[in-house]
Amino acid sequence: MTVSILIFLPIVAALLTLLFKNEMAKHVAMFFAVVELAIALYFLSGFVPDASLQYSIDAPWIPQFGVYFKAGIDGISMVMVLLTTALVPLIILTTYEHQYKNAKAFYALILFMQAGLLTVFTAFDGFLFYVGWEAALIPIYFICALWGGENRIRINIKFFIYTFAGSLFMLIGIIYLYLQTPSKDYDLQHFYNLSLDASHQSWVFIAFFLAFAIKMPIFPFHTWQPDTYTEAPTAGTMMLSGIMLKMGIYGVIRWLIPNAPLGFLNWVNVAIILSIIGIVYASLIAFKQIDGKRLVAYSSIAHVGLIAAGIFAWNIYGLQGAMIQMVSHGINVVGMFFIWDIISRRLGTRDISKLGGIAKVAPQFSIAFLIIVLGTVALPLTNGFVGEFLLLRGVFNRGIITAAIAGTTIILGAVYMLRMYKNVMQGELNELTATFTDIKGSEKLALGIICALIIIIGVYPQPLLHLSEAAVTNLVNTVSHKFITTKF
Amino acid sequence: MNTLIIISVLPIVLLYLGLYKAQKALLPVTIVGMLVALGAAVMQWNDNAQPIYHGMMLFNNFSIAFSVVSIISTILILMLSKGYFEKISSHIAEYYAIILFSLVGIVVMVSYHNLTMLFVGIEIMSVSLYILAGIRKNDFASNESALKYFLMGAFSTGFLLFGITLIYGASGSFDLDGIRDYVLSHSHNIDPIFYTGVLLIIVGLCFKVGAAPFHFWTPDVYEGAPSLITAYMSTVVKAAGFAAFLRLFSASFSSIAAFWSPVLMVITIITLFIGNITALYQQSFKRMLAFSSISHAGYLMFAIVALGAASANAVFVYATAYSIASIIAFGALVLVRQQTGSDNVDGFNGLARKNPFLAFVLTVSMLSLAGIPLTAGFIGKFYMFSGALLQYKYIMVIVAVVNAIISIFYYFRVIIAMYFRSAERSEVLIPAYYKFVLGFSALVTIAIGVYPALISSLI
Repeated sequence: MTVSILIFLPIVAALLTLLFKNEMAKHVAMFFAVVELAIALYFLSGFVPDASLQYSIDAPWIPQFGVYFKAGIDGISMVMVLLTTALVPLIILTTYEHQYKNAKAFYALILFMQAGLLTVFTAFDGFLFYVGWEAALIPIYFICALWGGENRIRINIKFFIYTFAGSLFMLIGIIYLYLQTPSKDYDLQHFYNLSLDASHQSWVFIAFFLAFAIKMPIFPFHTWQPDTYTEAPTAGTMMLSGIMLKMGIYGVIRWLIPNAPLGFLNWVNVAIILSIIGIVYASLIAFKQIDGKRLVAYSSIAHVGLIAAGIFAWNIYGLQGAMIQMVSHGINVVGMFFIWDIISRRLGTRDISKLGGIAKVAPQFSIAFLIIVLGTVALPLTNGFVGEFLLLRGVFNRGIITAAIAGTTIILGAVYMLRMYKNVMQGELNELTATFTDIKGSEKLALGIICALIIIIGVYPQPLLHLSEAAVTNLVNTVSHKFITTKF
Repeated sequence: MNTLIIISVLPIVLLYLGLYKAQKALLPVTIVGMLVALGAAVMQWNDNAQPIYHGMMLFNNFSIAFSVVSIISTILILMLSKGYFEKISSHIAEYYAIILFSLVGIVVMVSYHNLTMLFVGIEIMSVSLYILAGIRKNDFASNESALKYFLMGAFSTGFLLFGITLIYGASGSFDLDGIRDYVLSHSHNIDPIFYTGVLLIIVGLCFKVGAAPFHFWTPDVYEGAPSLITAYMSTVVKAAGFAAFLRLFSASFSSIAAFWSPVLMVITIITLFIGNITALYQQSFKRMLAFSSISHAGYLMFAIVALGAASANAVFVYATAYSIASIIAFGALVLVRQQTGSDNVDGFNGLARKNPFLAFVLTVSMLSLAGIPLTAGFIGKFYMFSGALLQYKYIMVIVAVVNAIISIFYYFRVIIAMYFRSAERSEVLIPAYYKFVLGFSALVTIAIGVYPALISSLI
């Protein structure tokens, strides 16, 4: 079995979903998403957590261009694959209470997007990586624009153009690297082996950085994000924030820094400063938000800023922190958007100022909400803590002031998140919130899984950290070696 | 070379069919005849071609590949035209015949080995097109289109002919190899007349392929001509124009690239910006396609500016991808226009709800034109970018990227209209022929996008 089954199964599943009736679509999609998860778990069971590439496939695709279908799983990819395959069924579960128009197209697009995401996370060929990168973008564009809110057309074209622009520059970078390889192919390992001079690497760095910075997004490339997150249907927001933005982070780890280490050295200060500005800036804006979904969108920018800063610090702590925080952030943000989906579906509003006292009428909901909030604000023994602790430890290597400013994310995050929780859940019931009914059925199941994951990863993160440790160490050593050996 | 003969005889047969009022037989006979011509072309594949007819023509793989694409595209367009020409006039046989005559010119254009044949091919093609553009005799726009096209076309042919003459004057040869030998043997003392000739040929050919600043005839001509003729002009004719362009420059002028490539580079950059930015402001879908065809001419120009071993393939792949996607777009336009009576993008509002198939194939077409991965258009752009980067033309690549981003706006406007806007409309009836052509074209677009090895190493 190779990783290709993970990539192609969702495509087949998407086509099959289209054959069923709209009412059946979610069950079919769910079935395939669970099968996909089972395959990923099977891969996990046989996975040896060293730095090697496993379950790999290397088939000619367009051999005369040097394009190969080269994909595989190493420790870093394994974590991403698990994140994707676990979140997709969870996201489908959160949509069970929704009645989407033309539901089969909706679920088919989600599955198709999953194929694109998994391609990105397992590709070891530049061309394949790019194709997966775009293949994930088209479905989410349609998801957001077909089932989104009122301003969806204008906002989504902005989103599409922003991300497409970034990825075109990345394409130029990839082709440039390809032309430099002696063997004229897109193999990532051959990209790593190149030793270009620092000024050329700077250009390569910029080309890739634009694509990833827009995708994550890092300040000042974030302007598409709050609008798109707010207007998208909740499942689309979850796909975007839970999985898709990790494409950018993963890209930085796998494709940006190792491909242009000297370019990275030239630009590292700018990158870290932008990341940290993003943290503080987004946190401050999050304070002022009254739309719950928008607040979560800004908090996501802040969290991603910290992850980016941890990666740009480029040491094992920061990277390991990034790996686990990608998983944690994925779970937490999906949970958080689901909470707001439940509230807005029941009450027809996401305006925090109109809410209050829901804890009194919905105790189970309030417990789930609280656990997710605590995970998001990185309380010890929740998943958020492990990641943010390691990330800050990594950033600390860059200097105490940097770490101190980056650390404000935890304090600021706690303030706006807990304030949001207080305003929504505590205080007096009003006419609107008195009608709130507690969670049940699929909602309870989904929130139960999310809360369990938050606590399990928070208490015992070791297995997850162990998965990526060897691969991350290897990557850091390879790049550090290049810092030293390549002449300026 | 049998292809050329078959395609030349076929329209005469068709005219006789028209004479005997056998109108039902026209389309089948045309298609069968063209398939035979296609087969004849394919038979000569890898045949180790030598110049024939005293060095006038060279039917090598390059010619075969472009002939095949031209023939297939023409077949697809003719299949769309079933029931279309009947509405315009009663003399149907002539239309088929004239289109085939222009195809004769195109086959000559992609297989010439002598500048006189280039000229003859272009003229055969152009004269047929002047008639086709004005085929709706009682329509004002169609007449305007034909007249403009004729005046501009004749003007540009003059430039071309003058250029050919000057080159002959300097080198003493019309033969592509002869000119190449002249350039190589006089590398330090090429006559200035020769350079003037090259520039005039560039002007003439840029007119023909619709590259800025010699593009201004295209929007009016494309808009005024009947949609399917426009489809023919903007796909088959344009592809052939670039094939002829590339053949001349790679065979004869490649060693003086330092002279002409800055000129073409400027033309390319202007073409991209003019085509794309003007397309942004169009409300009419047809006019938008006309301007987008100008911008695609700019991308195709990349292969000539960054002339290299892969150029022929690049033009071939790009032209194929572009032609097929355009055929879908024009086919959809014809259908929607029949229902709504207008060419406007608004006419596509809400199409996805009533005609999911039509909306889907048109989406594939738009994505391909915009160059999104997993469609043929992306492979074409990919080729162009790679070729330009290989020659260190970084500025051009940046310009191309900026333009690709701009083009998203107007291509997606159609997708947005179809899927995200709603309008009261009834279902568009799609004849079986259309279903076949549109479905086939969409399938080919995706197939090339997913597995480009199908066509990417032909030439």
